[in-house]
Amino acid sequence: MSNEKQKVTSTDEFIKGLWRDNPVFVQVLGMCPTLAVTNTAENALAMGLATAFVLLMSNILVSLLRNFVPKQVRIASYILIIATFVTVTDYAIQAISVELHKSLGAFISLIVVNCLILSRAEAFASKNSVGRSILDALGMGLGFTFALFCLGAVREILGNGSIFDMSIFPEGYQSWIVMILPAGGFFTLAAWLLVINKVQTKKAKS
Amino acid sequence: MSEASNIKMQNPANSKKMLLAMVGIGVISAFLIVMSFELTLPRVTRLKAEALEKAIFEVLPGTVNTQAFGVAADGKLFEIQEGDKPETTLYAGHDSDGKLVGYAVEASGQGYADLIRVLYGYDPAKQTIIGFQVLESKETPGLGDKIAKDEQFQNNFKALDVRISKDGQLRNKIITVKQGQKQNDWEIDGITGATISSRAVGNILGESTSNVVPVLYENYKKESNEQ
Repeated sequence: MSNEKQKVTSTDEFIKGLWRDNPVFVQVLGMCPTLAVTNTAENALAMGLATAFVLLMSNILVSLLRNFVPKQVRIASYILIIATFVTVTDYAIQAISVELHKSLGAFISLIVVNCLILSRAEAFASKNSVGRSILDALGMGLGFTFALFCLGAVREILGNGSIFDMSIFPEGYQSWIVMILPAGGFFTLAAWLLVINKVQTKKAKS
Repeated sequence: MSEASNIKMQNPANSKKMLLAMVGIGVISAFLIVMSFELTLPRVTRLKAEALEKAIFEVLPGTVNTQAFGVAADGKLFEIQEGDKPETTLYAGHDSDGKLVGYAVEASGQGYADLIRVLYGYDPAKQTIIGFQVLESKETPGLGDKIAKDEQFQNNFKALDVRISKDGQLRNKIITVKQGQKQNDWEIDGITGATISSRAVGNILGESTSNVVPVLYENYKKESNEQ
């Protein structure tokens, strides 16, 4: 078992979250923020980075404490660790920019219940060394950010006629309000899943 | 059955470890949270004060000096000392000649998600609202938060009628109407897709102006008579 683990190279550990095991497009984890905050590209990017930071920090701490926490209370301690870093992130974002904090609003606190972070703590960080856990968190976090950005960009372009708040369509463009509503999140996610699955099956066949 | 007895057997030895682990992590967590709170607090307070000042300049164009006041129960204005927390806070804005531009008043009320805190500028000479800013809201990003960004909505607050009638009360209470149905100067044109949030803004302004504006107008009349 441990021999098998050694065969996975460090780069693999990092890359897998970006594409092969992308948390949103392949594992379909963390759907709450994926659908809720991706109505603009900026929100999606900020949310993705905040989540990635929490994921990285909690992965480090969970991995450090992996031999110290008894099995029975592991989930409780993961949640405690994750909640701590979410609170820290909340303060940090407030200190970086009040504006950004305003626009993310309640969703920052909701990172606590993002199952992506809990699943990485349970499935990876609690069984692997700190170094590997950092790589895993970076890959997964960036993969999550990338996926959120893909959704946010499409929804903002179609639903608001803009990207990063800059208008890209001529004056007369009638924006599809539905795209920034929750329903638009489902449509966009489904469309992306379709595309990604098509590409991956094609790759598998060849 | 055997599993249950197994757990019982393990318990005495393990519960100490469990307790230790949970308490240990709890202490680390508490330490981290308090540290980051203490570290960010000065900057957050400064940023918030800056944002407030910027908002005051925004709602009272031409202001260079501001002075904070509270409204006392008897309807008089008093200067706020350090640490005071009056129910209504307002800021008198003066231009570079020392003339009163107007008052910026803080108000809050229930929105769709949480409390919405706003600041509006009142010009007693013209008896109108001349500016409006959202200070704090947790409204849905992309929908409810349009109350802070939507240009058409913001245009409502360039000249919103808050005249005082002879009996010293507001003649018309501010109210939000459906988008495109604004007919009178005291009505706010709502936002389609942010109905609840834009109505909440109307309610907040309506409540606050009917309480504060008569007081401010009285005060303004007295002061201008004295001069």
